[in-house]
Amino acid sequence: MKSFDYVRPASVSDAIAAASLPGAVYLAAGTNLLDLMKGGVSRPDRLIDVTRLPGLDRIEPLADGGVRIGALVRNADLAHDPAFAKSYPAVVEALLSGASAQLRNAATVGGNLLQRTRCAYFYDVASACNRREPGSGCDAHHGENRLHAVLGWSDACIATHPSDLCVPLVALDAVVEIEGKSGRREVRLEDLHRLPGEEPQRETVLAPGDLIVALKLPAGARNFSGHARYLKVRERTSYAFAVVSAAACLSIARGEIAEARIALGGVAAKPWRARAAEKLLAGTPDAENFRRAAEAALADAKPSGDNEFKIELARRIVLRALTLAAAGTPERIAALPASPFSTQPGALHDA
Amino acid sequence: MNHSISLTVNGVRRAIALSDLRVTLLDLLREQLHLTGTKKGCDRGQCGACTILVNARRINSCLALAVSHDGADITTIEGVARGDELHPLQAAFIAHDGFQCGFCTPGQIMSALGLINERQAGYDAERIREGMSGNLCRCGAYAGITEAVLEVQKNLAETEERRVV
Repeated sequence: MKSFDYVRPASVSDAIAAASLPGAVYLAAGTNLLDLMKGGVSRPDRLIDVTRLPGLDRIEPLADGGVRIGALVRNADLAHDPAFAKSYPAVVEALLSGASAQLRNAATVGGNLLQRTRCAYFYDVASACNRREPGSGCDAHHGENRLHAVLGWSDACIATHPSDLCVPLVALDAVVEIEGKSGRREVRLEDLHRLPGEEPQRETVLAPGDLIVALKLPAGARNFSGHARYLKVRERTSYAFAVVSAAACLSIARGEIAEARIALGGVAAKPWRARAAEKLLAGTPDAENFRRAAEAALADAKPSGDNEFKIELARRIVLRALTLAAAGTPERIAALPASPFSTQPGALHDA
Repeated sequence: MNHSISLTVNGVRRAIALSDLRVTLLDLLREQLHLTGTKKGCDRGQCGACTILVNARRINSCLALAVSHDGADITTIEGVARGDELHPLQAAFIAHDGFQCGFCTPGQIMSALGLINERQAGYDAERIREGMSGNLCRCGAYAGITEAVLEVQKNLAETEERRVV
């Protein structure tokens, strides 16, 4: 690991000033950053430790009925907040399906948004990677790419964004609160991450010094609490990144779907909102409508390598998530959160 | 640059000089404080062998920068027994053959302590397995580990019921 300077600012404005200098990066829990630094993937000159910044570790109800989640709230604390879990169950299911209990105890909500891709070629500094080293090429194109993107990829990069949390958040219109050199601004989470295009190294719309201070969910996001699920297919039952995942949130009144939200994970360089599919769902919640929506969600998908199977898998996981969401949010979070499987034959996965 | 931090390790407050800012809690415990019970497996947050309690919560010490944890209260496997008297979880791991080579065991036990503190799994084998998925065991002693944790959970639950009555 390269040596670095360490700064622990006392205020957000001090943090922004320190992080605006070239070679500076923010440090929160470090569960992703430290790993990247050990591998030489990330080589910062200076760490700006934001973990002691006051006031960023709260979950606060907003006057308009929404909720504001401080960027330093730990994943486990958000998942185990009873009021939050009641209002946003799909977000909690996604949180609890991510990483391990140890990592969830440390990792922060802000850090989760900014975690880097898990593409093996990005992690291997001996490989060509346009995201890590612009212009060097992309070894994933002709390498092990069965888990890579099927939506929104480019010739320059076929990596995916690994977050579970971001998937239901983007479905529920979450907004990111950012402090920067010119003050505070808000960006829709859907617009935070960039698709690779010609410049995969530009992963987000954040400028140097920008600090995510909070996430907001609008009041309307609670309308889906009765019919909200997150489903995630992994290569092992627990503690693995998504092969594909989907959040399905329905607002059902008098047996009819009033509004639907769908987002996918593991398919693109950003959490993928499927608006065209959502529009097809108004009306009766039946299998035929769900199937049409699943088709529409993947209509633009194309394989970027040995991953054509992910397209059909994603359709099926959307269909399954919609079916489970229509049946209703379980009273208690599943024993294996977000898993379509159970380890015990015959056991209900949400028993 | 020399940074000084203060840590409470297994109940003892210690002033610690960091000669290198890159040191993780794991390397600090093992190399500087000579508490080698905490194991370095993958050093990348994937195996759980380095699990410790920081402020009563289980985390991977390999992914925790020491300088960022100034003031923390740390419990390692060395702080679990009371003298020669094993912690009930340690005794249960022995009783249920919850290990073979033993390399992952300190991490398993610290993780199980964290799991019990979190009160999310209850007396449910599937929830315990899920809650312990951050700890790998290459000998495959998972069945014994689950039984050991179940037994301690059950005894705790009974103790609490008695307390209520």
